Amino acid sequence: MSNYLRPVAMLALVAVLIVGTGFVQSWNSALLILNMGLVSAVMSLGVNLQWGFAGLFNVGVMGFVALGGLSVVLVSMPPVPEAWSAGGARIVAGLILGVGAIAAAIVAWKTLSKKVRGWAVAGILVVGFILYRMVLSPAVDAVESVNAASTGYLGGLGLPVLLAWPVGGLLAAGAAWIIGKTALGLRSDYLAIATLGIAEIIIAILKNEDWLARGVKNVIGLPRPVPNEVDLQRDPGFVESAAGWGLDPTTASTLYVKAGYALLFAAVLVVLLILAQLALKSPWGRMMRAIRDNETAARAMGKDVTRRHLQVFILGSALCGIAGAMMTTLDGQLTPQSYQPLRYTFLIWVMVIVGGSGNNYGAVLGGFLIWFLWVQVEPIGQALMGFITAGMGEGWLKAHLLDSVQHMRLLTMGVVLLLVLRFSPRGLLPER
Amino acid sequence: MDLLNALVALTNFVLIPAIAYGSQLALGALGVTLVYGILRFSNFAHGDTMAFGTMVAILVTWGLQSMGVSLGPLPTALLAIPFGILGCAALLLATDRVVYRFYRAQKAVPVILVIVSMGVMFVYNGITRFIIGPDTQSFADGERFLMNARQFREWTGLAEPLVIRWTQGITLVTAVIVVIALFWFLNRTRTGKSMRAYSDNEDLALLSGIDPEKVVRVTWLIVAALATIAGVLYGLDKSFMPFTYFQLLLPIFAAAIVGGLGSPVGAIAGGFVIAFSEVGITYAWKKVLTYLLPESLAPDGLVQLLATDYKFAVSFMILVVVLLFRPTGLFRGKSV
Repeated sequence: MSNYLRPVAMLALVAVLIVGTGFVQSWNSALLILNMGLVSAVMSLGVNLQWGFAGLFNVGVMGFVALGGLSVVLVSMPPVPEAWSAGGARIVAGLILGVGAIAAAIVAWKTLSKKVRGWAVAGILVVGFILYRMVLSPAVDAVESVNAASTGYLGGLGLPVLLAWPVGGLLAAGAAWIIGKTALGLRSDYLAIATLGIAEIIIAILKNEDWLARGVKNVIGLPRPVPNEVDLQRDPGFVESAAGWGLDPTTASTLYVKAGYALLFAAVLVVLLILAQLALKSPWGRMMRAIRDNETAARAMGKDVTRRHLQVFILGSALCGIAGAMMTTLDGQLTPQSYQPLRYTFLIWVMVIVGGSGNNYGAVLGGFLIWFLWVQVEPIGQALMGFITAGMGEGWLKAHLLDSVQHMRLLTMGVVLLLVLRFSPRGLLPER
Repeated sequence: MDLLNALVALTNFVLIPAIAYGSQLALGALGVTLVYGILRFSNFAHGDTMAFGTMVAILVTWGLQSMGVSLGPLPTALLAIPFGILGCAALLLATDRVVYRFYRAQKAVPVILVIVSMGVMFVYNGITRFIIGPDTQSFADGERFLMNARQFREWTGLAEPLVIRWTQGITLVTAVIVVIALFWFLNRTRTGKSMRAYSDNEDLALLSGIDPEKVVRVTWLIVAALATIAGVLYGLDKSFMPFTYFQLLLPIFAAAIVGGLGSPVGAIAGGFVIAFSEVGITYAWKKVLTYLLPESLAPDGLVQLLATDYKFAVSFMILVVVLLFRPTGLFRGKSV
């Protein structure tokens, strides 16, 4: 019985925390925490799939999240016809050439004899790279100079923004396939370094390839799946019903919009949670855990360990991509500079470990709880520091201490992670 | 003459920066590789260990500067390095006592220790930012140039200048001294030999009466020294910012893995391989090629293979190639 009581009690605790925020601070901040909590829960579900189910150590979560964000731009922004006519076709040709060169190199490596294949592959790659740059560079310059202040990129497809969420998952899955093909099957810490690297590369691409998503100039004003606050405030019917609730129109509209996002995100989370739970209970889930616990034995039983690892790696990364797309939709803008590994990779890991790796409910719980902590550590720390420094005279130490409160977050997260690992290594909701 | 000019340009823009950067990476990678060899896990907190040691050294440097202490042409920070090492060593030993020792006693699998080191990374990150803040700090003083552009032009009469900064010279000299000292310690002293024995075969070392806790303590001391020196040199050469140090983790790990995790020689070689490729691939070769090629063939563009921001991609590509074709690294590291 306690098996069922514990998750319920824990999730009730999260609900109390969020509702409490609503009463103590404001309902807007409560909904903000709820929304990002939902997104974080999806991310930690993805990492839990990889680590909890299969023992794969992925520290490239940030990269997949960013790819999800990119998909929002590529799917939902209107296309820029001038940019397409300036060099769109040529960019596509350049990219195809690049992929073709890599494919040719792989084929050459597999088919040619051992003596020549090294030189052949090197030759193909060098020639391919030069051709790729020759085709791509002028087109990139042409596209980026089209009305650089407001566009300067190819734009997207102009499709509904909700479509970007599955597309974000697909994009992340594609990247995961490439990484998995090369790095899976190596030792666990090698996979960690490889994923750490690929995440940095994805961010570097987003920052530098202005033709793709305007780089550090950011794409703002992304289409939204929920109505605009300003439109709501102008709608007499809405203002009237807000007055019926005893709210002024501005507050009511922001709450309405945030609640709309919360419903959408909750729907996604519930669907994914059900799927993850079904997967965990299925023969497939049992097989994954068998592989995780004893790879050699599973291989001896005829399981294709490498293929299964690839499969679950792609699935988990796809979840991170979906979450990334949801987050960028919520933000309404893509800002490549805001992607920081501590926030988007390692924090998600804290969520999974604290929540309980191997337990989907645990991952969701960790997502909410740690996100709540991440947001609330700052005001709590501020109050605490104010209390500590209250008796001090004015001076640089007091100013410095009050200034440093914002860095308490990282410290707190580290301490929480270390405490959980030490005293409750299986997390708040242990695997059953 | 053109050939000489090309050589000078190459030295100025590629060789000297790459040698300095390579030395810094090599010292960082040595720390990673030692932790891996003795404690048997990949230490994700290494970048932040460097940041912490450097921070202590910077604070001491500021103190010395305000007292009017200086080393003439040399940066005052060199005097502060021992204090940085002490601070860093205290932190590492305390961490080991409070955190890592528990898992060592449990004989936890390496990947758990890696996750633990992630937690330690958060804590160090928080401490460093708490004390010195997240912003860029400059602490270099003393003379700037060992040889400046005008001196070199007057001296040789070449069109291309060769600029050597003091920090680059200091980096190389310090790195050489540190590496020689480290290898002397590992190969000649009793403690160093017991460390190598412990790294090679733990059970055999325990049977022959080596005290594992002592080996671990000495390792953390050496790691503190290496990390602080690498961090201070990097900070003098470029600048100090906690986040940059965290990001150094990737090239440092790439260097250690390319060389072969657990192999000190490999870490040094790996550091230079990564540094030379990063600088070489992100350098605009136009100048050098214009000198070398006949005029008709002179390049129009910058001939920069990849934009500077892609330097992570370079470490990563080398890493992948090595992992695919020689998973134990160039110098046959461990593959546990």
